[in-house]
Amino acid sequence: MSHRLINWFRYASPQTFYPLAGKMIPWFWMLAAIFGLTGLSIGFLLAPTDAQQGEGYRIIFLHVPASWMSMFIYLVMSFWAAMGLAFNTRLSGMMASALAPTGALFAFISLWTGALWGKPMWGTWWVWDARLTSELILLFLYIGFIALQAAIDDPRRADKAGAILALVGVVNIPIIYFSVKWWNTLHQGASVSLTKSPSMATTMLWGMLLCALACWMYSIAVALMRARTIMLERERHTDWVRTLLAAKE
Amino acid sequence: MLLLFRAVIGRDLRLAMRRQADVVAAMFFFIIVVSLFPLGVGPEPDQLRKLAPGVLWVAALLATMLSLPRLFADDYRDGTLEQLALAPQPLGVVVLAKVVAHWLIAGLPLVMLAPVLGIQFDLSNDALAVLTLSLLIGTPALSGIGAIGAALTLGVRGGGVLLSLLILPLYIPVLIFGAGAVDATVTGLGPQAHLSLLGALTLGGVFFAPWPTAAALRVALE
Amino acid sequence: MHWNSLADFLAMGDHGLYVWGSVVVTALLMIAEPILVVRGRRKLLLRLMRQYRAEGVDRRDHRQPTTRRSPA
Repeated sequence: MSHRLINWFRYASPQTFYPLAGKMIPWFWMLAAIFGLTGLSIGFLLAPTDAQQGEGYRIIFLHVPASWMSMFIYLVMSFWAAMGLAFNTRLSGMMASALAPTGALFAFISLWTGALWGKPMWGTWWVWDARLTSELILLFLYIGFIALQAAIDDPRRADKAGAILALVGVVNIPIIYFSVKWWNTLHQGASVSLTKSPSMATTMLWGMLLCALACWMYSIAVALMRARTIMLERERHTDWVRTLLAAKE
Repeated sequence: MLLLFRAVIGRDLRLAMRRQADVVAAMFFFIIVVSLFPLGVGPEPDQLRKLAPGVLWVAALLATMLSLPRLFADDYRDGTLEQLALAPQPLGVVVLAKVVAHWLIAGLPLVMLAPVLGIQFDLSNDALAVLTLSLLIGTPALSGIGAIGAALTLGVRGGGVLLSLLILPLYIPVLIFGAGAVDATVTGLGPQAHLSLLGALTLGGVFFAPWPTAAALRVALE
Repeated sequence: MHWNSLADFLAMGDHGLYVWGSVVVTALLMIAEPILVVRGRRKLLLRLMRQYRAEGVDRRDHRQPTTRRSPA
């Protein structure tokens, strides 16, 4: 038992994690490419036209995976944040800061594709629907996290402050979502219902799931790459980084 | 513990009295921002009545932001905070006391100004009463949640702007229920549901926010 | 295959602008992000190597101050 525990924490040290991540990154890129290409070809070449929305619905293959990822990455980020606060491991903070920009990117993609989907379907780029508004607020939360970490010079303090903010954010997200939803049902000005999802053919579902998997693999690959850079930067005074770079020269 | 609680509140109030200019400036900021809106959107009473709850509440959020950076900054600079962190009592109690003091200094004046400013927007008496009540119930939550941001940005460059970036998104539920209560009164729905949810937010905010705030303060003091 | 011609595919039933607008922006962002990460990493590596080299030179200087040569 204790032996296993030690083994786990061994991977939590940047020195052992760095080469491991380096070996895993190409595999995740490959998987991302495979899933992405099959998902997109199913979505854009094979899937039938939607009865209600015509061809415009194909944005769903980008929009839904991006929205899922933006929410999920926030959860993963908070998980790492909690681990960092609880066990004080260096790696957790690095993973959280490596994930944030990717999460913000997906939140932005989700908003962008949502606007381009909304224009032909409901005739407007933006509606103050509960889900769209929450996504926007999620983007704000990501930006707050990134800005806070960027403003603090000491990486240990940046990690901890970011972790507290991420946890406060994750507690608040359901409250924000509920309040926005409440607000939305009272103001019926927008008068478009988003809750009615298009009936999904199985091919559509498959395309979407594959695209979502591709986004997963992409996020892992990019986050690992960014984490490796952060590791080198923070551990630049240690011997392992010195020997690593000496070998490169 | 109660002794410490009262001592911290008393001290903060006394310090604020010595620097009245800050408190007054935040109040005038509130008044000016609210008064700018009719100039921007036109003086039609119907439109103003519709805008009033949102405008007053958003202005209240911004005015709160103005005083938040100083919540811990002075104590941090002169070392008092370090002393308080070393005290045997939990730091959360100190934070709670400072939140209460902040509300008395920054929140309560807004509540008292609100009905006067509401008159500018041609609000009915009922709406004015609910507006004041909603601010009375909601502003403690602003101080409580804001304390988290104030602690996180303590001693950080660009602290004030960063603080707004971190905290304003978290204020959204308070804004929705606060402004919604007034709105519901104007449209005849009755404000009870909004006000009770607002009360729940305040209770949650004031009693849970001190713990992450205390954690953030310890991080800043390390 | 769902499409009859390339033109059909590009038109997307009159929603081409919206569909391709989404695809292009998403693709650009998802290509740009890893490129930016790699570039940041390269910059960091160069900086660190330069820093280490400078430190290395310093150390040698302390040991043998007389053998210092001007860079050719």
